Amino acid sequence: MRYGWHSIVKQAFGGLACVAPAWREPEPKPAYDVVIVGGGGHGLATAYYLAKEHGVANVAVLEKGYLGSGSVGRNTTIVRSNYLLDGNVQFYEKSMQLWEGLEQDFNFNAMVSQRGVLNLYHSDAQRDAYARRGTAMRLHGIDAELLNREGVRALVPFLDFDNARFPIHGGLLQRRGGTVRHDAVAWGYARGADSRGVDLLQNCEVTGISVESGRVTGVETSRGRIACTKLGLATAGNSSRTAAMAGLKLPIESHVLQAFVSEAIKPYLDQVVTYGAGHFYVSQSDKGGLVFGGDIDGYNSYAQRGNLPIVEHVIEAGVAMLPGVSRLRLLRSWGGIMDMSMDGSPIIDKTPVEGLYLNCGWCYGGFKATPASGWCFAHTIARDAPHALNAKFRLDRFRGGRVIDERGGGARPNLH
Amino acid sequence: MLISCPFCGSRASEEFTVLGDATPRRPETPEADPEAWYDYIYLRNNPRGRHREFWQHVGGCRAWLVVERDTATHEIHTVELARDVARKRDGS
Repeated sequence: MRYGWHSIVKQAFGGLACVAPAWREPEPKPAYDVVIVGGGGHGLATAYYLAKEHGVANVAVLEKGYLGSGSVGRNTTIVRSNYLLDGNVQFYEKSMQLWEGLEQDFNFNAMVSQRGVLNLYHSDAQRDAYARRGTAMRLHGIDAELLNREGVRALVPFLDFDNARFPIHGGLLQRRGGTVRHDAVAWGYARGADSRGVDLLQNCEVTGISVESGRVTGVETSRGRIACTKLGLATAGNSSRTAAMAGLKLPIESHVLQAFVSEAIKPYLDQVVTYGAGHFYVSQSDKGGLVFGGDIDGYNSYAQRGNLPIVEHVIEAGVAMLPGVSRLRLLRSWGGIMDMSMDGSPIIDKTPVEGLYLNCGWCYGGFKATPASGWCFAHTIARDAPHALNAKFRLDRFRGGRVIDERGGGARPNLH
Repeated sequence: MLISCPFCGSRASEEFTVLGDATPRRPETPEADPEAWYDYIYLRNNPRGRHREFWQHVGGCRAWLVVERDTATHEIHTVELARDVARKRDGS
């Protein structure tokens, strides 16, 4: 069913009887042209663009739980394209442009809200770094504004501007950045892929990958063996484990990143704001809760929950930036598992195993990348070659010294 | 998470700084096979389950420890002095 005013009117008079499920629940076929492992945002987007842009419809997406049960349902919904380095700038801007047309494209309300992303700075050095970043963005045709203290005060007057240690001097604003309803992104892509013939197989865990004379032939799953010509892994959080089934060792560690939401309050914060003096970012959801997060816990973890020291650390930074929130109650917290790559940038590439493709290493920036990630991965799988936009996200860049180290943190998975 | 320091006893994990996977072995010489350096610097087994990692007790005795921890449950199995682990490994 196509959603729009006419379907609303029809359903208003027809009751809910005519509301169809958004996607089918098919039985696995014995073989597919392409199998995507991972029914999160990236896997579903990949299947969607495979069908839509490349006409490859004999595709299955295998999800070990239910669709969107991984990190796409466990993030803080922020989208932006305020990157500095060549490779990242173009890729994330492509993603931003896809976000801007997403709802019309897949005919689903994902609540794309370009409310602006504001990064605060607290020193001359930080201002210079943001000026450089903003200039790099504008050279690529991306919007960026460097605000002084008064410019920030006009937008967010209740920040602690006169913090004794970290006074706020200004900020870098990308007005086109903002938030998107994360679950709806998974649902919209799932529905769009399903309607183009993609089989979405839930509760279907991959337990083995068959490789015969250097070529992928299929996967063993909890719902039986499925043969395929091409296999794409989009299993962020568990990439090391799925890649190991095909004998690959990756430059990745899995870490937990926690996020939090407060009780709902009246409209308070219009933008996404990040604190330059500590790791903290916050926005207000449409339900009224403040959604925020900070650093990863910092040690390897597959547990979808964090530990208390980071809770304390994040809330300290938040209260330092926004003293007015100190009496809010915390409604809940959750943890998602991140593929922390060794340079902080993702990998979308073919692998040394023929027919096996890899999409991983999103660190904690995977959500904003969802559309472009699916777009590029679909291209890489369908054409057997990377798109220009992911040509720098190669797996062998570590071996060759062509790392994309946006943070300048070096080869440390727990630094990005 | 509580870590049992051999010198200080059971302490909260925020007294410690973690420095990642304790399994990669640094190549003996700078001239070693570039593949060995690539493996040491970038590649990780990243297991779900038991994992050996370095923790330093910076808020206490400052000793470097090798902690074996379960990455799925956060359960801590063993804590050893990194020095003892290195001596045992090198047979000295």
